[in-house]
Amino acid sequence: MKITRKEVEHVALLARLQLDEAEINTFTGQMDAILAYVEKLNELDTAGIVPTSHAVPMENAFRTDEVRPSIGVANALANAPDRVEGFFRVPKVIE
Amino acid sequence: MELFDLTIHELHDKLKKKEVSSVEATGAMLARIEATEARVNAFITVTATEALQAAAAADRRIAAGEMDILTGIPLALKDIFLTKGVKTTCGSKILADFIPPYDATSWLKLQERGAVLLGKLNQDEFAMGSSCEGSAYGATRNPWNLECIPGGSSGGSAAAIAARQATATLGTDTGGSIRQPASHCGCVGLKPTYGRVSRYGVIAYASSLDQVGPLTRDVTDAAIMLGAVAGHDPLDSTSVDRPVPDYTAGLRSDVKGMKIGLPKEYFIDGLDEDVKKALDLAIDAYRGLGAEFVELALPHTDYAVAAYYLIATAEASSNLARYDGVRFGHRTADAKGLADMYRQSRAEGFGAEVKRRIMLGTYALSSGYYDAYYLKAQKVRTLIMQDFLKAFEKVDVILTPVAPTPAFKIGEKTADPLQMYLSDIFTIPVNLAGTCAISVPAGMSRAGLPIGLQLIGKPFGEESIIRAAYAFEQASTWHQLQAEL
Repeated sequence: MKITRKEVEHVALLARLQLDEAEINTFTGQMDAILAYVEKLNELDTAGIVPTSHAVPMENAFRTDEVRPSIGVANALANAPDRVEGFFRVPKVIE
Repeated sequence: MELFDLTIHELHDKLKKKEVSSVEATGAMLARIEATEARVNAFITVTATEALQAAAAADRRIAAGEMDILTGIPLALKDIFLTKGVKTTCGSKILADFIPPYDATSWLKLQERGAVLLGKLNQDEFAMGSSCEGSAYGATRNPWNLECIPGGSSGGSAAAIAARQATATLGTDTGGSIRQPASHCGCVGLKPTYGRVSRYGVIAYASSLDQVGPLTRDVTDAAIMLGAVAGHDPLDSTSVDRPVPDYTAGLRSDVKGMKIGLPKEYFIDGLDEDVKKALDLAIDAYRGLGAEFVELALPHTDYAVAAYYLIATAEASSNLARYDGVRFGHRTADAKGLADMYRQSRAEGFGAEVKRRIMLGTYALSSGYYDAYYLKAQKVRTLIMQDFLKAFEKVDVILTPVAPTPAFKIGEKTADPLQMYLSDIFTIPVNLAGTCAISVPAGMSRAGLPIGLQLIGKPFGEESIIRAAYAFEQASTWHQLQAEL
Protein backbone atom coordinates (compact mmCIF):
# COMPACT_ATOMS: atom_id res chain seq x y z
CA MET A 1 0.00 0.00 0.00
CA LYS A 2 1.31 3.43 -1.01
CA ILE A 3 -1.33 5.29 0.99
CA THR A 4 -3.55 4.31 3.91
CA ARG A 5 -7.11 5.27 4.71
CA LYS A 6 -5.84 7.28 7.65
CA GLU A 7 -3.51 9.29 5.41
CA VAL A 8 -6.38 9.98 2.99
CA GLU A 9 -8.41 11.36 5.90
CA HIS A 10 -5.48 13.57 6.90
CA VAL A 11 -5.02 14.88 3.34
CA ALA A 12 -8.76 15.65 3.14
CA LEU A 13 -8.38 17.72 6.29
CA LEU A 14 -5.42 19.63 4.78
CA ALA A 15 -7.41 20.20 1.55
CA ARG A 16 -10.52 21.35 3.45
CA LEU A 17 -12.66 18.70 1.80
CA GLN A 18 -15.39 16.94 3.72
CA LEU A 19 -15.39 13.39 2.34
CA ASP A 20 -17.99 10.77 3.14
CA GLU A 21 -17.18 7.12 3.93
CA ALA A 22 -17.68 5.97 0.34
CA GLU A 23 -15.42 8.72 -1.04
CA ILE A 24 -12.66 7.90 1.46
CA ASN A 25 -12.78 4.26 0.42
CA THR A 26 -12.80 5.01 -3.31
CA PHE A 27 -10.05 7.63 -3.11
CA THR A 28 -7.83 5.40 -0.98
CA GLY A 29 -7.91 2.71 -3.68
CA GLN A 30 -7.59 5.11 -6.61
CA MET A 31 -4.82 7.22 -5.05
CA ASP A 32 -2.98 4.05 -4.17
CA ALA A 33 -3.08 2.92 -7.83
CA ILE A 34 -2.00 6.34 -9.11
CA LEU A 35 0.84 6.63 -6.59
CA ALA A 36 2.00 3.15 -7.53
CA TYR A 37 2.04 4.25 -11.16
CA VAL A 38 4.02 7.48 -10.54
CA GLU A 39 6.56 5.35 -8.68
CA LYS A 40 8.09 4.75 -12.12
CA LEU A 41 9.73 8.20 -11.89
CA ASN A 42 12.18 6.58 -9.47
CA GLU A 43 13.59 4.53 -12.35
CA LEU A 44 15.28 7.78 -13.43
CA ASP A 45 18.43 9.08 -11.80
CA THR A 46 17.77 12.79 -11.33
CA ALA A 47 20.80 13.61 -9.20
CA GLY A 48 22.14 16.99 -10.27
CA ILE A 49 19.11 17.80 -12.47
CA VAL A 50 17.71 21.27 -11.90
CA PRO A 51 13.93 21.16 -11.33
CA THR A 52 11.72 23.06 -13.81
CA SER A 53 8.88 25.05 -12.29
CA HIS A 54 8.22 27.04 -15.44
CA ALA A 55 8.77 26.23 -19.11
CA VAL A 56 9.77 29.74 -20.20
CA PRO A 57 12.78 31.20 -18.39
CA MET A 58 11.61 34.44 -16.83
CA GLU A 59 12.86 37.02 -14.37
CA ASN A 60 10.54 39.01 -12.15
CA ALA A 61 8.07 41.01 -14.23
CA PHE A 62 8.14 44.46 -12.69
CA ARG A 63 5.81 47.36 -13.45
CA THR A 64 5.53 50.86 -12.08
CA ASP A 65 3.60 51.13 -8.86
CA GLU A 66 0.70 53.32 -9.84
CA VAL A 67 -3.01 53.44 -9.07
CA ARG A 68 -5.13 52.09 -11.89
CA PRO A 69 -8.85 51.52 -12.30
CA SER A 70 -10.19 48.45 -10.49
CA ILE A 71 -13.56 46.71 -10.50
CA GLY A 72 -14.79 48.53 -7.38
CA VAL A 73 -16.47 47.37 -4.18
CA ALA A 74 -19.94 46.72 -5.64
CA ASN A 75 -18.59 44.47 -8.40
CA ALA A 76 -16.21 42.70 -6.02
CA LEU A 77 -19.10 41.89 -3.70
CA ALA A 78 -21.64 41.06 -6.40
CA ASN A 79 -20.90 37.32 -6.38
CA ALA A 80 -20.52 36.98 -2.61
CA PRO A 81 -22.79 34.35 -1.04
CA ASP A 82 -23.30 36.66 1.95
CA ARG A 83 -22.34 40.30 2.44
CA VAL A 84 -23.03 43.19 4.72
CA GLU A 85 -22.18 46.90 4.38
CA GLY A 86 -19.32 46.50 1.94
CA PHE A 87 -17.91 43.34 3.58
CA PHE A 88 -17.96 39.61 2.94
CA ARG A 89 -19.86 37.98 5.80
CA VAL A 90 -18.71 34.56 7.08
CA PRO A 91 -19.85 32.30 9.93
CA LYS A 92 -18.45 33.00 13.38
CA VAL A 93 -14.71 32.22 13.50
CA ILE A 94 -14.17 32.24 17.28
CA GLU A 95 -16.69 30.44 19.47
CA MET B 1 -23.19 25.07 -48.34
CA GLU B 2 -25.09 26.55 -45.40
CA LEU B 3 -23.97 29.65 -43.53
CA PHE B 4 -23.13 27.52 -40.50
CA ASP B 5 -20.74 25.37 -42.58
CA LEU B 6 -18.43 28.27 -43.45
CA THR B 7 -14.94 28.93 -42.13
CA ILE B 8 -13.97 32.34 -40.72
CA HIS B 9 -12.25 33.34 -43.94
CA GLU B 10 -15.17 32.19 -46.11
CA LEU B 11 -17.76 33.99 -43.97
CA HIS B 12 -15.53 37.07 -43.87
CA ASP B 13 -15.51 37.18 -47.68
CA LYS B 14 -19.32 37.02 -47.78
CA LEU B 15 -19.66 39.70 -45.10
CA LYS B 16 -17.20 41.90 -46.94
CA LYS B 17 -19.04 41.53 -50.25
CA LYS B 18 -22.31 42.25 -48.39
CA GLU B 19 -23.71 38.93 -49.61
CA VAL B 20 -24.73 38.22 -46.06
CA SER B 21 -24.98 40.18 -42.80
CA SER B 22 -23.61 39.18 -39.43
CA VAL B 23 -27.17 39.14 -38.10
CA GLU B 24 -28.07 36.55 -40.76
CA ALA B 25 -24.96 34.46 -40.11
CA THR B 26 -25.45 34.65 -36.34
CA GLY B 27 -29.12 33.79 -36.74
CA ALA B 28 -28.18 30.75 -38.84
CA MET B 29 -25.78 29.63 -36.11
CA LEU B 30 -28.39 30.07 -33.37
CA ALA B 31 -30.93 28.08 -35.42
CA ARG B 32 -28.34 25.35 -35.94
CA ILE B 33 -27.62 25.27 -32.19
CA GLU B 34 -31.36 25.02 -31.55
CA ALA B 35 -31.68 22.13 -34.01
CA THR B 36 -28.70 20.05 -32.79
CA GLU B 37 -28.06 20.95 -29.16
CA ALA B 38 -30.44 18.38 -27.62
CA ARG B 39 -28.26 15.65 -29.15
CA VAL B 40 -24.79 17.21 -28.72
CA ASN B 41 -24.93 19.28 -25.49
CA ALA B 42 -21.89 21.35 -26.50
CA PHE B 43 -23.11 24.52 -24.75
CA ILE B 44 -23.61 25.34 -21.08
CA THR B 45 -25.02 28.79 -21.88
CA VAL B 46 -26.35 30.18 -25.19
CA THR B 47 -26.45 33.98 -25.31
CA ALA B 48 -28.90 34.38 -28.22
CA THR B 49 -30.18 37.90 -27.48
CA GLU B 50 -26.74 39.35 -26.79
CA ALA B 51 -25.34 37.58 -29.86
CA LEU B 52 -27.89 39.18 -32.18
CA GLN B 53 -27.21 42.60 -30.62
CA ALA B 54 -23.46 42.13 -31.11
CA ALA B 55 -24.08 40.99 -34.68
CA ALA B 56 -26.14 44.13 -35.39
CA ALA B 57 -23.30 46.24 -33.99
CA ALA B 58 -20.84 44.35 -36.20
CA ASP B 59 -23.05 45.02 -39.24
CA ARG B 60 -22.97 48.75 -38.47
CA ARG B 61 -19.19 48.53 -38.22
CA ILE B 62 -19.01 46.73 -41.56
CA ALA B 63 -21.31 49.33 -43.15
CA ALA B 64 -19.01 52.06 -41.83
CA GLY B 65 -16.08 50.35 -43.53
CA GLU B 66 -14.33 49.48 -40.24
CA MET B 67 -13.99 45.80 -40.88
CA ASP B 68 -11.55 43.35 -39.41
CA ILE B 69 -11.22 39.67 -40.38
CA LEU B 70 -13.19 38.72 -37.23
CA THR B 71 -15.87 41.41 -37.43
CA GLY B 72 -19.29 39.79 -37.34
CA ILE B 73 -17.95 36.23 -37.00
CA PRO B 74 -20.03 34.12 -34.56
CA LEU B 75 -17.71 32.42 -32.06
CA ALA B 76 -18.12 30.48 -28.83
CA LEU B 77 -15.83 30.13 -25.83
CA LYS B 78 -15.07 27.31 -23.44
CA ASP B 79 -16.78 28.13 -20.16
CA ILE B 80 -13.36 28.63 -18.53
CA PHE B 81 -13.02 32.15 -20.05
CA LEU B 82 -14.38 34.97 -17.94
CA THR B 83 -17.04 36.88 -19.86
CA LYS B 84 -18.23 40.07 -18.19
CA GLY B 85 -21.92 39.79 -17.33
CA VAL B 86 -22.26 36.28 -18.82
CA LYS B 87 -22.45 33.33 -16.43
CA THR B 88 -19.16 31.40 -16.29
CA THR B 89 -19.22 28.00 -14.58
CA CYS B 90 -16.00 26.24 -15.66
CA GLY B 91 -18.17 23.12 -15.84
CA SER B 92 -18.56 23.16 -12.06
CA LYS B 93 -21.48 23.33 -9.68
CA ILE B 94 -19.35 25.48 -7.39
CA LEU B 95 -19.57 28.32 -9.96
CA ALA B 96 -23.19 27.64 -10.99
CA ASP B 97 -24.25 31.28 -10.48
CA PHE B 98 -20.94 33.08 -11.07
CA ILE B 99 -21.22 36.24 -13.18
CA PRO B 100 -17.69 37.57 -13.90
CA PRO B 101 -17.09 41.28 -13.28
CA TYR B 102 -14.46 41.44 -16.07
CA ASP B 103 -13.41 39.82 -19.35
CA ALA B 104 -10.55 37.44 -20.10
CA THR B 105 -7.92 39.25 -22.20
CA SER B 106 -8.34 36.81 -25.09
CA TRP B 107 -12.10 37.42 -25.20
CA LEU B 108 -11.55 41.18 -24.90
CA LYS B 109 -9.24 41.05 -27.92
CA LEU B 110 -11.81 39.15 -29.98
CA GLN B 111 -14.56 41.59 -28.93
CA GLU B 112 -12.46 44.57 -29.97
CA ARG B 113 -12.26 43.05 -33.43
CA GLY B 114 -16.05 42.78 -33.56
CA ALA B 115 -16.47 39.04 -32.98
CA VAL B 116 -19.88 37.81 -31.84
CA LEU B 117 -20.29 35.55 -28.78
CA LEU B 118 -22.84 32.74 -29.28
CA GLY B 119 -22.35 31.29 -25.82
CA LYS B 120 -20.21 29.31 -23.42
CA LEU B 121 -19.11 25.76 -24.13
CA ASN B 122 -19.18 22.61 -22.07
CA GLN B 123 -15.99 21.16 -20.59
CA ASP B 124 -14.72 18.80 -17.95
CA GLU B 125 -15.04 20.49 -14.57
CA PHE B 126 -12.12 22.93 -14.10
CA ALA B 127 -10.60 21.46 -17.31
CA MET B 128 -9.73 18.25 -15.47
CA GLY B 129 -10.57 15.41 -17.79
CA SER B 130 -10.11 13.84 -21.19
CA SER B 131 -13.71 13.07 -22.14
CA CYS B 132 -16.03 15.96 -21.20
CA GLU B 133 -17.91 13.50 -19.00
CA GLY B 134 -16.70 15.38 -15.93
CA SER B 135 -18.96 18.39 -16.50
CA ALA B 136 -21.55 19.18 -13.84
CA TYR B 137 -23.84 20.05 -16.77
CA GLY B 138 -23.93 16.65 -18.45
CA ALA B 139 -21.58 15.01 -20.94
CA THR B 140 -21.07 16.45 -24.42
CA ARG B 141 -21.55 13.92 -27.22
CA ASN B 142 -19.32 13.44 -30.23
CA PRO B 143 -21.22 14.67 -33.33
CA TRP B 144 -19.61 11.87 -35.38
CA ASN B 145 -21.09 9.23 -33.09
CA LEU B 146 -23.36 10.31 -30.28
CA GLU B 147 -22.39 7.29 -28.17
CA CYS B 148 -18.78 8.46 -28.08
CA ILE B 149 -16.99 11.13 -26.07
CA PRO B 150 -15.87 14.28 -27.92
CA GLY B 151 -12.59 14.31 -25.99
CA GLY B 152 -11.69 16.74 -23.27
CA SER B 153 -11.39 18.89 -21.53
CA SER B 154 -12.39 21.35 -24.33
CA GLY B 155 -14.99 18.82 -25.54
CA GLY B 156 -17.70 21.41 -26.09
CA SER B 157 -15.30 23.59 -28.11
CA ALA B 158 -14.51 20.68 -30.47
CA ALA B 159 -18.07 19.30 -30.66
CA ALA B 160 -19.47 22.75 -31.51
CA ILE B 161 -17.11 22.91 -34.51
CA ALA B 162 -17.98 19.39 -35.67
CA ALA B 163 -21.71 20.08 -35.21
CA ARG B 164 -21.29 23.42 -37.04
CA GLN B 165 -22.73 25.32 -34.08
CA ALA B 166 -19.99 27.98 -34.13
CA THR B 167 -17.62 29.24 -36.81
CA ALA B 168 -14.64 28.93 -34.46
CA THR B 169 -14.08 28.43 -30.74
CA LEU B 170 -11.45 28.95 -28.07
CA GLY B 171 -10.33 26.25 -25.67
CA THR B 172 -7.52 25.73 -23.20
CA ASP B 173 -4.85 23.03 -23.15
CA THR B 174 -3.08 21.89 -19.96
CA GLY B 175 -2.27 18.29 -20.95
CA GLY B 176 -3.91 17.98 -24.38
CA SER B 177 -7.30 19.59 -23.77
CA ILE B 178 -7.37 21.37 -27.16
CA ARG B 179 -5.55 18.83 -29.35
CA GLN B 180 -7.20 15.61 -28.15
CA PRO B 181 -10.83 16.79 -28.61
CA ALA B 182 -9.84 18.38 -31.94
CA SER B 183 -8.50 15.00 -33.04
CA HIS B 184 -11.62 13.16 -31.83
CA CYS B 185 -14.02 15.60 -33.51
CA GLY B 186 -12.17 16.10 -36.80
CA CYS B 187 -11.25 19.76 -36.38
CA VAL B 188 -8.04 21.75 -36.13
CA GLY B 189 -6.77 22.51 -32.61
CA LEU B 190 -3.70 24.60 -31.82
CA LYS B 191 -1.95 24.78 -28.46
CA PRO B 192 0.44 27.74 -28.55
CA THR B 193 3.77 27.98 -26.75
CA TYR B 194 3.42 28.72 -23.03
CA GLY B 195 3.39 32.51 -22.67
CA ARG B 196 2.22 33.19 -26.24
CA VAL B 197 -1.39 33.95 -25.20
CA SER B 198 -2.44 35.75 -22.02
CA ARG B 199 -4.04 33.62 -19.31
CA TYR B 200 -5.64 36.65 -17.65
CA GLY B 201 -9.27 35.87 -16.94
CA VAL B 202 -8.88 32.18 -17.72
CA ILE B 203 -9.87 30.13 -14.68
CA ALA B 204 -6.66 28.50 -13.48
CA TYR B 205 -6.12 24.75 -13.34
CA ALA B 206 -2.32 24.20 -13.50
CA SER B 207 -0.76 27.61 -14.03
CA SER B 208 2.63 26.47 -15.36
CA LEU B 209 0.93 24.37 -18.06
CA ASP B 210 -2.38 26.10 -19.00
CA GLN B 211 -2.49 27.78 -22.41
CA VAL B 212 -5.28 29.29 -24.54
CA GLY B 213 -5.76 28.27 -28.16
CA PRO B 214 -8.24 27.98 -31.05
CA LEU B 215 -10.34 25.10 -32.38
CA THR B 216 -11.37 25.68 -35.97
CA ARG B 217 -12.56 24.11 -39.24
CA ASP B 218 -9.24 24.60 -41.02
CA VAL B 219 -5.62 25.67 -40.52
CA THR B 220 -6.17 29.14 -41.99
CA ASP B 221 -8.79 29.86 -39.31
CA ALA B 222 -6.45 28.60 -36.59
CA ALA B 223 -3.79 31.05 -37.84
CA ILE B 224 -6.34 33.89 -37.85
CA MET B 225 -7.55 33.12 -34.32
CA LEU B 226 -4.03 32.68 -32.93
CA GLY B 227 -2.97 36.02 -34.38
CA ALA B 228 -6.00 37.66 -32.76
CA VAL B 229 -5.38 36.41 -29.22
CA ALA B 230 -1.56 36.18 -29.07
CA GLY B 231 0.68 38.80 -27.51
CA HIS B 232 2.03 40.25 -24.32
CA ASP B 233 -0.43 41.26 -21.63
CA PRO B 234 0.70 43.31 -18.62
CA LEU B 235 -2.07 41.55 -16.67
CA ASP B 236 -0.38 38.15 -17.12
CA SER B 237 3.20 38.32 -15.91
CA THR B 238 3.96 35.00 -17.60
CA SER B 239 2.89 36.21 -21.04
CA VAL B 240 5.94 36.76 -23.20
CA ASP B 241 6.83 40.14 -24.67
CA ARG B 242 7.78 39.30 -28.24
CA PRO B 243 6.25 40.40 -31.53
CA VAL B 244 3.24 38.52 -32.91
CA PRO B 245 3.92 37.53 -36.52
CA ASP B 246 1.14 37.46 -39.13
CA TYR B 247 0.48 33.74 -38.86
CA THR B 248 -1.59 33.75 -42.07
CA ALA B 249 1.31 35.15 -44.08
CA GLY B 250 3.14 31.90 -43.52
CA LEU B 251 0.39 29.82 -45.14
CA ARG B 252 1.89 28.22 -48.17
CA SER B 253 1.66 24.68 -49.40
CA ASP B 254 5.40 24.18 -49.54
CA VAL B 255 7.22 21.87 -47.15
CA LYS B 256 10.05 21.02 -49.55
CA GLY B 257 13.17 20.33 -47.56
CA MET B 258 11.37 20.66 -44.25
CA LYS B 259 12.83 18.23 -41.73
CA ILE B 260 10.15 16.31 -39.83
CA GLY B 261 11.08 14.19 -36.84
CA LEU B 262 9.47 10.84 -36.04
CA PRO B 263 10.01 9.93 -32.38
CA LYS B 264 10.04 6.16 -31.95
CA GLU B 265 8.46 6.41 -28.48
CA TYR B 266 5.22 7.66 -30.09
CA PHE B 267 4.84 4.79 -32.53
CA ILE B 268 4.37 2.05 -29.97
CA ASP B 269 2.80 -1.40 -30.24
CA GLY B 270 -0.33 -0.36 -28.35
CA LEU B 271 -1.18 2.22 -30.99
CA ASP B 272 -4.63 1.64 -32.53
CA GLU B 273 -4.40 0.08 -36.01
CA ASP B 274 -6.51 2.76 -37.68
CA VAL B 275 -4.49 5.55 -36.03
CA LYS B 276 -1.25 3.93 -37.18
CA LYS B 277 -2.55 3.55 -40.72
CA ALA B 278 -3.65 7.21 -40.86
CA LEU B 279 -0.24 8.33 -39.63
CA ASP B 280 1.57 6.13 -42.17
CA LEU B 281 -0.49 7.62 -45.00
CA ALA B 282 0.19 11.14 -43.69
CA ILE B 283 3.92 10.44 -43.65
CA ASP B 284 3.70 9.26 -47.27
CA ALA B 285 1.80 12.43 -48.18
CA TYR B 286 4.50 14.58 -46.61
CA ARG B 287 7.20 12.63 -48.48
CA GLY B 288 5.28 13.35 -51.67
CA LEU B 289 5.34 17.04 -50.78
CA GLY B 290 9.11 16.98 -50.43
CA ALA B 291 9.52 16.81 -46.66
CA GLU B 292 12.41 14.83 -45.22
CA PHE B 293 11.89 12.47 -42.30
CA VAL B 294 14.36 12.01 -39.49
CA GLU B 295 13.97 9.26 -36.92
CA LEU B 296 14.68 10.46 -33.43
CA ALA B 297 14.31 9.59 -29.78
CA LEU B 298 12.46 11.39 -27.00
CA PRO B 299 13.63 8.93 -24.36
CA HIS B 300 11.70 10.30 -21.39
CA THR B 301 8.26 10.20 -23.06
CA ASP B 302 7.16 7.24 -20.97
CA TYR B 303 7.57 9.29 -17.77
CA ALA B 304 5.51 12.29 -18.87
CA VAL B 305 2.10 11.13 -17.62
CA ALA B 306 3.48 10.37 -14.16
CA ALA B 307 5.28 13.73 -13.93
CA TYR B 308 2.21 15.55 -15.24
CA TYR B 309 -0.23 14.07 -12.72
CA LEU B 310 2.00 15.22 -9.87
CA ILE B 311 2.77 18.71 -11.19
CA ALA B 312 -0.73 19.48 -12.50
CA THR B 313 -2.51 18.20 -9.40
CA ALA B 314 -0.10 20.04 -7.07
CA GLU B 315 -0.77 23.32 -8.89
CA ALA B 316 -4.49 22.58 -8.98
CA SER B 317 -4.69 21.93 -5.25
CA SER B 318 -3.21 25.37 -4.70
CA ASN B 319 -5.26 27.16 -7.38
CA LEU B 320 -8.55 25.67 -6.23
CA ALA B 321 -8.01 26.75 -2.63
CA ARG B 322 -9.80 29.97 -3.62
CA TYR B 323 -13.17 28.17 -3.78
CA ASP B 324 -13.95 28.57 -0.12
CA GLY B 325 -17.50 29.90 -0.17
CA VAL B 326 -16.43 33.37 0.97
CA ARG B 327 -16.07 35.76 -1.97
CA PHE B 328 -17.84 33.93 -4.80
CA GLY B 329 -19.12 30.50 -5.67
CA HIS B 330 -21.26 28.06 -3.77
CA ARG B 331 -21.60 28.25 0.02
CA THR B 332 -23.16 25.44 2.03
CA ALA B 333 -26.51 26.21 3.67
CA ASP B 334 -25.71 24.74 7.08
CA ALA B 335 -22.20 25.45 8.26
CA LYS B 336 -21.08 24.95 11.84
CA GLY B 337 -18.37 27.59 11.95
CA LEU B 338 -15.87 28.82 9.35
CA ALA B 339 -13.71 25.71 8.92
CA ASP B 340 -16.81 23.58 8.50
CA MET B 341 -18.13 26.05 5.91
CA TYR B 342 -14.96 25.60 3.84
CA ARG B 343 -15.12 21.80 3.99
CA GLN B 344 -18.85 21.52 3.31
CA SER B 345 -18.97 24.16 0.55
CA ARG B 346 -16.12 22.44 -1.30
CA ALA B 347 -17.60 18.98 -0.73
CA GLU B 348 -20.95 20.09 -2.18
CA GLY B 349 -19.49 22.17 -5.03
CA PHE B 350 -16.74 19.98 -6.51
CA GLY B 351 -17.22 16.80 -8.55
CA ALA B 352 -15.34 13.53 -8.09
CA GLU B 353 -12.42 14.15 -10.49
CA VAL B 354 -11.72 17.61 -9.08
CA LYS B 355 -11.74 16.24 -5.53
CA ARG B 356 -9.44 13.40 -6.59
CA ARG B 357 -6.92 15.80 -8.14
CA ILE B 358 -7.04 18.20 -5.17
CA MET B 359 -6.38 15.22 -2.90
CA LEU B 360 -3.51 13.93 -5.02
CA GLY B 361 -1.94 17.39 -5.33
CA THR B 362 -2.31 18.14 -1.63
CA TYR B 363 -0.64 14.82 -0.86
CA ALA B 364 2.22 15.46 -3.32
CA LEU B 365 2.90 18.83 -1.69
CA SER B 366 2.44 17.72 1.90
CA SER B 367 5.18 17.60 4.48
CA GLY B 368 7.44 14.59 4.03
CA TYR B 369 6.34 13.84 0.44
CA TYR B 370 7.29 17.04 -1.38
CA ASP B 371 10.78 15.89 -2.42
CA ALA B 372 9.70 12.37 -3.34
CA TYR B 373 6.82 13.45 -5.55
CA TYR B 374 6.61 17.12 -6.56
CA LEU B 375 10.33 17.90 -6.73
CA LYS B 376 11.07 14.60 -8.44
CA ALA B 377 8.40 15.34 -11.06
CA GLN B 378 9.86 18.81 -11.70
CA LYS B 379 13.28 17.24 -12.31
CA VAL B 380 11.78 14.75 -14.75
CA ARG B 381 10.09 17.73 -16.43
CA THR B 382 13.57 19.13 -17.07
CA LEU B 383 14.60 15.85 -18.73
CA ILE B 384 11.50 15.92 -20.96
CA MET B 385 12.21 19.52 -22.00
CA GLN B 386 15.81 18.59 -22.80
CA ASP B 387 14.58 15.71 -25.00
CA PHE B 388 12.65 18.20 -27.15
CA LEU B 389 15.44 20.78 -27.28
CA LYS B 390 17.86 18.10 -28.47
CA ALA B 391 15.38 16.85 -31.07
CA PHE B 392 14.84 20.36 -32.43
CA GLU B 393 18.56 20.68 -33.15
CA LYS B 394 17.91 18.17 -35.95
CA VAL B 395 14.34 18.83 -37.15
CA ASP B 396 11.90 21.67 -37.83
CA VAL B 397 8.79 19.92 -36.55
CA ILE B 398 7.93 16.57 -34.96
CA LEU B 399 5.05 14.42 -36.24
CA THR B 400 3.16 12.11 -33.86
CA PRO B 401 -0.32 10.76 -33.20
CA VAL B 402 -2.55 12.97 -31.01
CA ALA B 403 -4.23 10.14 -29.12
CA PRO B 404 -3.53 6.39 -29.04
CA THR B 405 -7.11 5.58 -30.16
CA PRO B 406 -10.06 7.35 -31.81
CA ALA B 407 -12.83 8.60 -29.48
CA PHE B 408 -13.92 5.99 -26.96
CA LYS B 409 -17.45 5.25 -25.77
CA ILE B 410 -19.15 7.36 -23.12
CA GLY B 411 -18.72 5.59 -19.78
CA GLU B 412 -15.86 3.38 -20.99
CA LYS B 413 -13.12 4.87 -18.81
CA THR B 414 -14.96 6.69 -16.02
CA ALA B 415 -14.41 3.95 -13.45
CA ASP B 416 -10.62 3.88 -13.86
CA PRO B 417 -8.96 7.31 -13.56
CA LEU B 418 -5.52 5.95 -14.44
CA GLN B 419 -6.74 4.57 -17.79
CA MET B 420 -8.33 7.94 -18.50
CA TYR B 421 -5.04 9.72 -17.67
CA LEU B 422 -3.11 7.46 -20.06
CA SER B 423 -5.25 8.59 -23.00
CA ASP B 424 -3.21 11.85 -22.88
CA ILE B 425 0.14 10.11 -23.26
CA PHE B 426 1.06 11.83 -26.58
CA THR B 427 -0.13 15.34 -25.72
CA ILE B 428 1.16 15.80 -22.16
CA PRO B 429 4.91 16.00 -23.01
CA VAL B 430 4.29 19.16 -25.08
CA ASN B 431 2.76 20.95 -22.09
CA LEU B 432 5.59 19.91 -19.80
CA ALA B 433 8.08 21.22 -22.36
CA GLY B 434 6.00 24.39 -22.76
CA THR B 435 6.19 24.29 -26.53
CA CYS B 436 3.54 24.47 -29.29
CA ALA B 437 1.62 21.82 -31.24
CA ILE B 438 -1.32 21.49 -33.60
CA SER B 439 -3.80 18.70 -34.28
CA VAL B 440 -4.97 18.37 -37.90
CA PRO B 441 -7.59 15.95 -39.34
CA ALA B 442 -5.66 13.08 -40.96
CA GLY B 443 -8.02 10.16 -41.38
CA MET B 444 -11.12 8.26 -40.35
CA SER B 445 -11.33 5.01 -38.42
CA ARG B 446 -13.23 2.08 -39.89
CA ALA B 447 -15.96 2.90 -37.37
CA GLY B 448 -16.26 6.39 -38.85
CA LEU B 449 -14.46 8.40 -36.17
CA PRO B 450 -11.95 11.16 -36.99
CA ILE B 451 -8.22 10.72 -36.41
CA GLY B 452 -5.84 13.65 -36.01
CA LEU B 453 -2.11 13.97 -36.43
CA GLN B 454 0.01 16.13 -34.16
CA LEU B 455 2.76 18.46 -35.34
CA ILE B 456 4.97 19.70 -32.52
CA GLY B 457 7.05 22.85 -33.01
CA LYS B 458 9.95 24.57 -31.28
CA PRO B 459 9.10 27.08 -28.55
CA PHE B 460 7.47 30.02 -30.43
CA GLY B 461 7.64 27.96 -33.62
CA GLU B 462 3.92 28.33 -34.38
CA GLU B 463 4.68 29.49 -37.93
CA SER B 464 6.41 26.20 -38.75
CA ILE B 465 3.62 23.96 -37.45
CA ILE B 466 1.02 26.11 -39.20
CA ARG B 467 2.97 25.85 -42.46
CA ALA B 468 3.35 22.07 -42.13
CA ALA B 469 -0.29 21.62 -41.13
CA TYR B 470 -1.53 23.79 -43.99
CA ALA B 471 0.53 21.87 -46.55
CA PHE B 472 -0.99 18.61 -45.38
CA GLU B 473 -4.49 20.06 -45.33
CA GLN B 474 -4.16 21.33 -48.91
CA ALA B 475 -3.02 17.86 -50.01
CA SER B 476 -5.88 16.06 -48.24
CA THR B 477 -9.67 16.22 -47.91
CA TRP B 478 -10.17 15.08 -44.31
CA HIS B 479 -11.04 18.56 -43.07
CA GLN B 480 -13.88 18.76 -45.61
CA LEU B 481 -15.74 15.75 -44.19
CA GLN B 482 -18.77 16.62 -42.11
CA ALA B 483 -20.50 14.78 -39.31
CA GLU B 484 -24.07 13.88 -40.25
CA LEU B 485 -26.30 15.30 -37.62
